[in-house]
Amino acid sequence: MRLTRDLDLAEECVQDAYARALTTWEDGIPARPGAWLTTTARHRALDVMRRDALFRRAMPELVMDEAVPEQDPVNGFPDDRLRLICTCCHPALSTETQVALTLRLVCGLTTAEVARAFLVSEPTMAARITRAKKKISAARIPYRVPSLDELPARIRAILETVHLIFTAGHTASSGEALVRGDLVARALDLARMLRQLLPSHPDVAGLLALILLTDSRRVTRQDDATGELLLLAQQDRTRWDRDQITEGVALARESLRVRPPSRYALQAAIAAVHAQAPSWEMTDWLEVVGLYDALLQLWPSPVVALNRGVAVGFAYGPAEGLAALDALAIEPQLAGYGYLPASRADFLLRLGRTDEARLAYQEALLLTENEVERRFLAGRLDALGD
Amino acid sequence: MSQFLILIYDDESAMKPESYDYLMQGHNTFGEKNADTIAGGNALQSVSTATSIRSDGAGGFSVTDGPFVESKEALGGYYLVEAADLDEAIAIAKQVPVVAGGLEVRPIMVFNS
Repeated sequence: MRLTRDLDLAEECVQDAYARALTTWEDGIPARPGAWLTTTARHRALDVMRRDALFRRAMPELVMDEAVPEQDPVNGFPDDRLRLICTCCHPALSTETQVALTLRLVCGLTTAEVARAFLVSEPTMAARITRAKKKISAARIPYRVPSLDELPARIRAILETVHLIFTAGHTASSGEALVRGDLVARALDLARMLRQLLPSHPDVAGLLALILLTDSRRVTRQDDATGELLLLAQQDRTRWDRDQITEGVALARESLRVRPPSRYALQAAIAAVHAQAPSWEMTDWLEVVGLYDALLQLWPSPVVALNRGVAVGFAYGPAEGLAALDALAIEPQLAGYGYLPASRADFLLRLGRTDEARLAYQEALLLTENEVERRFLAGRLDALGD
Repeated sequence: MSQFLILIYDDESAMKPESYDYLMQGHNTFGEKNADTIAGGNALQSVSTATSIRSDGAGGFSVTDGPFVESKEALGGYYLVEAADLDEAIAIAKQVPVVAGGLEVRPIMVFNS
């Protein structure tokens, strides 16, 4: 058992050893038949494992269960997908690897497709996936749903991975397209799958709500004719996906019922305020600021503070917004982040401080690699004149 | 079952007199609770006693004072434990007392022949 880790295989090898014994022992029974049987079974197991190595590499079941009884911490999971995603998102694997494995094994993308999602070459991605599988096997990362006390942390890790796939798709970090629909669709599939597997988990409901609500605006984020980036204020709200919004708002409400609400629930709630506002001007900005305050308590991230600062600008005026953003200038995490100077530029412009706005747009342009966003910033800069 | 080595890294400069009581007690408790899974283990003398040996690539060796890798947290001891899988090994490792460092879990390589 120690050798094969696979109950069925071990059993088969032992039977095989008996069958061989019957043919070999015609020449005389060995002094210690028990030892002979074990040795023969061992050799057979090694043979079979070598033969199987290729097949196994392609199998999604990366590591076989040993005699470990089927764990059933919540209420019995209907299929293997939760076990599989738990293995792919094991904390012993790097985040990058978790995302790659999830796309490859849970979503069933080919290695070439995963490589494209990461903007790396196929051999690079193949090597990364092989390394990950080796670690899973060598370090014995289990192929099962973790125990009850481990489960909450592990579900958080899974949700983070799914969220990462979504954000990578929602605004591609570089390249020609603003949105990578393939990644968004995969993230939505995963979130729906998790919702099915963990129907009463508030964070799962929150993440699904967040994805649905954010993605409901997808077709309006770029001008159809020119491909220019359109801000929330400029988007045609009549073309937002109403079915997604209805479903997302209901899920957001559900996820907010748990106190304190999770990060995804609050983010979904913010997205829901936008989704339900009849126009940019009529958005409940005070509510948005309040939600960001709560989010910041839970998740003190400079990026959240940046978004809060922007909302402050709309709730209380551009001077207040600018002050909130300027307070973030010392955040090292935001140093290379184009949204900070871009948001500052917008407030400076509204305050009539054109020269400073121009500088801020130029700074934002230097920090942005997505082509659509670059064109947007260049357009803003052009509109300012010299 | 598989074997895992739990490497204990700690910051010796962060040790206070009461740290030693804490560690002693912690390791006693750990040993009692995990008697069935512990296959071996030792505490090491302080990192100031370490000696490193490097091959010079030409058949000779250079022997120097100090650990092989200089870091704030030095290897201070280890346990060899039996665990069904990585999750179990991590759960065991979490019970090992440390003052200002952490633990590394490494699966033992098994040679099939």
